[in-house]
Amino acid sequence: MVKPASDGDQPAKPATITRRTLLGGAATAAVAVVQTSFAKGLQIGIPQISDDPTKQMGVPPGKVGTRSSFEKLAKNASDISSRSPLQDLYGTITPSDLHFERHHNGVPAIDPAKYELLIHGLVERPTVFTLADLKRFPSVSRIAFLECSGNFRTGKETMSPQEICGLTSQSEWTGVLLSTLFREVGVKPGSNWFLAEGGDAALMTRSIPTSKGWNDAIIAYAQNGEALRPEQGYPVRLFLPGWEGNTSVKWLRRLELGDAPWQTREETSKYSEGIKGGKIRQFSFDIDARSIITFPAYPVQIQKGWIEIRGLAWSGRGKVSRVEVSTDAGKNWKLADLQEPILDKAHVRFRHLWQWNGSETEIMSRVTDETGYVQPTFAQLIDARGADTGGYHFNPITVWQIKPDGRVLNRPENFR
Amino acid sequence: MNRMSDPKVDSLPSRFGLGKPATIAQITPLDIDVRPDGQGLPAGSGTATTGAVIFAAKCAACHGAGGVGGPNGSLVTTTPAPGKRTEKVIGNYWPYATTVFDYIRRAMPFSQPGSLTNEEVYSLTAYLLTANKLFDEKAVLNAQTLPKVVMPAQKLFVPDDRKAGPEIH
Repeated sequence: MVKPASDGDQPAKPATITRRTLLGGAATAAVAVVQTSFAKGLQIGIPQISDDPTKQMGVPPGKVGTRSSFEKLAKNASDISSRSPLQDLYGTITPSDLHFERHHNGVPAIDPAKYELLIHGLVERPTVFTLADLKRFPSVSRIAFLECSGNFRTGKETMSPQEICGLTSQSEWTGVLLSTLFREVGVKPGSNWFLAEGGDAALMTRSIPTSKGWNDAIIAYAQNGEALRPEQGYPVRLFLPGWEGNTSVKWLRRLELGDAPWQTREETSKYSEGIKGGKIRQFSFDIDARSIITFPAYPVQIQKGWIEIRGLAWSGRGKVSRVEVSTDAGKNWKLADLQEPILDKAHVRFRHLWQWNGSETEIMSRVTDETGYVQPTFAQLIDARGADTGGYHFNPITVWQIKPDGRVLNRPENFR
Repeated sequence: MNRMSDPKVDSLPSRFGLGKPATIAQITPLDIDVRPDGQGLPAGSGTATTGAVIFAAKCAACHGAGGVGGPNGSLVTTTPAPGKRTEKVIGNYWPYATTVFDYIRRAMPFSQPGSLTNEEVYSLTAYLLTANKLFDEKAVLNAQTLPKVVMPAQKLFVPDDRKAGPEIH
């Protein structure tokens, strides 16, 4: 199960550092050449590290902010995906440059001035919208998570939350409701499905029930206050709250309304899972409720005394109702505090104070959502689906082993 | 979130008049999708014999000689090695043969997507279906014959019937 990460998609990081003199030599600043995703050099001033920063001029304001050079946040990238560092993040919004990525033939570079969205098929008025057209419609903003339904890894003790389930992130998404565009083009009766197609080199496609489009789908052009990042579908993506990430097609170029699903490669040979009786479940869109303790978690080492257990919980079927935490290997469960506001189909931050006495134990969390669904154990999931289920929509309780020396290790599950 | 059930919807115009009518010339080059009933399949045809040559040149490096093995996975049913799980390939897992044509045409070869002619895509599809013992190696694959191919896994596929609630599925 565990795939080694490559450096393929590592985020921008400082390369060569050269000195330059500012203000007649009164102060110096390093200038780092940072590689952007399009490989163009961008100069960013970074203060020299000083023994006493109060005795040295700082750098002047810049056109864009930078993350402290002391903070080593990084996605964990493979050839096809890049995972958010959940254990290093606070609150519930994922910084845009740390949002997980999953794509099928790289990140395309799309000129927003040439961008067009075509909507056709079972509609009264087949229409082409420019990006400017889309931005003229009434807009919506919504905070919601996005998760890849293949977001499950196990197999060794030395796995961080990022490695176990780093294919989930949360943003404020802004765009136009798809229902607004449906009204604009006049969806015809009998249109039960639509095909969403990306403008990437894989021409990624998914069939989506039209009801989801009417309900809460967003044609998103912005994320966390700015235009989408290229890795997140610039200039326009589909965003389907609570549904498996693959359906939120990025670099969206076309929507075709039809009467039946297209049975694309993604929804047949990939995003389907074996269930009991030798059957294969298809169009399993909802993300099941899940939680994970992100602190303390591998690779941290803890010390005796008070520890604030922190983590994330979410459900694709609605709001999180409660999160329970066990610090005695699942014998007893206590209610964790949930950070307000608790939003629909959104990551929620939970916290629980714990006094560790230095003895070996296991800690874990489980979420209950507003439909009454309680996050299952690994064994419960396998029992419900059969051993040949595959890794999609796999949301078991994550168990952390606390060793007497304070090491925190993942408890691997026997998967396949 | 649902404007259709929102009283505010009455204050919205039914149309904003934004966007331009899409012409046939704009729709046709993008409208490449293929449905299980064959709708969307282009003119042209191919055979497994021709497909075998193309496969060896353009596909085998990623998917193995004959569609078995290779760094990006097998495409053809074979006997699993002892102790290994059965690989999910076209012959034992894909529910619709039209998907093979659609996916090859839109995304393959990986390093040169969109470079194959419709004839080449038909030939590769014929080759892969034949290698999976789902199509006669002497037969011609085209818009009429492809949708008629019955895939063994089709009967296994069931739509998600889970309802929100306590049950673990």
